[in-house]
Amino acid sequence: MDTKKYVIKQISIFSENRPGRLASVAHALGEEKINILAFSIAEANGFGVIRALVDHPEKAHKKLSSMGYNVAFTDVIAVQMKDHPGGLYEIAKVLGDAGINIEYSYAYSGKKAAVLILRVDQVEDAIGKILSSGATLLEHTVFH
Amino acid sequence: MQYWDPRIEEMPKADLQKMQYKLLKSLVCRLYSFSHFYHDRMKAQKVHPDDIREISDIRKLPFMFKQDLRDNYPNRIFTATQEELVRYHVSSGTTGKPTVVGYTQKDIDMWSTSIARGLTAIGLGRGDVIQVSYGYGLFTGGLGMHYGAERIGATVLPTSVGNTERQVELMQDLEVTAIACTPSYLLHIGEVAEKMGIDIKKDTHLKAGILGAEPWTENMRTRMEKWLGIKAYDIYGTSELSGPMFTECAEQNGFHIWSDIALVEVIDPKTGEPVEPGEKGELTLTMLQKEALPMIRYRIGDISSVDEEVCPCGRTSPRIKRIQGRVDDMLIIRGINVFPSQVEYTLMTIPEVGQHFQIVVERKGALDDMLVRVELTKDAFSDKITDLMQIRQNVEHRLRNALNVAVDVELVEPGSLPRFEGKSKKVIDKRAL
Repeated sequence: MDTKKYVIKQISIFSENRPGRLASVAHALGEEKINILAFSIAEANGFGVIRALVDHPEKAHKKLSSMGYNVAFTDVIAVQMKDHPGGLYEIAKVLGDAGINIEYSYAYSGKKAAVLILRVDQVEDAIGKILSSGATLLEHTVFH
Repeated sequence: MQYWDPRIEEMPKADLQKMQYKLLKSLVCRLYSFSHFYHDRMKAQKVHPDDIREISDIRKLPFMFKQDLRDNYPNRIFTATQEELVRYHVSSGTTGKPTVVGYTQKDIDMWSTSIARGLTAIGLGRGDVIQVSYGYGLFTGGLGMHYGAERIGATVLPTSVGNTERQVELMQDLEVTAIACTPSYLLHIGEVAEKMGIDIKKDTHLKAGILGAEPWTENMRTRMEKWLGIKAYDIYGTSELSGPMFTECAEQNGFHIWSDIALVEVIDPKTGEPVEPGEKGELTLTMLQKEALPMIRYRIGDISSVDEEVCPCGRTSPRIKRIQGRVDDMLIIRGINVFPSQVEYTLMTIPEVGQHFQIVVERKGALDDMLVRVELTKDAFSDKITDLMQIRQNVEHRLRNALNVAVDVELVEPGSLPRFEGKSKKVIDKRAL
């Protein structure tokens, strides 16, 4: 099974936890005509990590790096959620039963229904388990 | 009026100078003959012991710097053999190398005597209970005060630093009359006591604080005296001189520098020339009787002035005024000397962070808080918050080990810290002293 097409390249940006940092990142991406499709901020004491799915990850990486930001690519997967009670439970149970750990996740409202972005410790396994459970994964071409 | 050594403490100025000249002359003769370090230094300066004919001839002698102690780590300047030493103390170094100070029995005796004179001058003696809340160990504060307090026949309560609630209980239960610690630690003790519902002013016998190892101000003195109902006295010293050594007297107007123990000069740090009498400059001390680690014209780095007038308390030795600053960038955090170069040196050994850094010192409540901002390197960046937390904890741990003082670390973006050409300003000290 070709699992590669379900692997989505997320960009992660190290940021100090102070006013104006997100604006600076967002402004730079806007200038480059890069569209942000989904994003989240994780914060720890004094610093944070901005995570985003964008339509041109390489271009975003180049631009932000040139501005001095610490930028990294991270592989994530995107699950099309069913819009009914228990939808999240189904996905979480599939992964939990398979011993796959969710390191973090965030959601965004996709074109049809909500989409759950997942960062897991075993990407290939997770893709297999989710597909065989009958759930839908978005391909990376949806994003970039 | 109480004196510990009335003969020395009240000796007329002219006699003190004669005594100082004799001690200096014999010191120089001894070191020229028995110390490679001083012999070579004096040769290089083209000065011979015969050139020392009066006390002002001390200006012909070369200076000594902290760097000399570092370069001669651990004991190459010692003029006593290991068999003659009864103790070592070690202070943190500026670039990872600490400074080692050795003591003969006579060195310990002179140190204790110096403190004994000071404690007597502030009215302490047999019958007093002195709580020593300086750190015991490699740091000179704890053991130094301990021996001085025992010397005057006081009862010592060696609490060292920490476990503050217990310190307050013991202060109350054992009827402590005086405490020796850093001024910031006394403020902390006062706050802890308040939280415990104990009013140090009313509920304890505390009447005096001997406070040193970090700079403090007249404002702090007034505040502490009023709040705690005590008299607060400053004490001066550094490990190179032995440790905390010279206290104020009951007049609270400068440290008495006992003339048989030390000769103090005030110089212009740029030219090395003496400043006008009473002007401020860099303190330079010559220890006249030290055996194991002799100090001639040692540039301490502290800025102050000297008052040669006989003190209203009757003591004739000169007095150093309150320390007004440093000629270098040394910081004192919770009584511990910290040089920014130590931080730099430690960071260089941690690949996850860059070499640029910024130190921010604040006083939160009574205690100093030191924050070090470091830049996360590109290779070390991980998308996982836990990895980043780990890096931060590691840097905190390494700095704590190197500096002997707790440090908070903040990870910042690469390139975000200010870069400096020439003299950098890496320290932001927000403490209102």
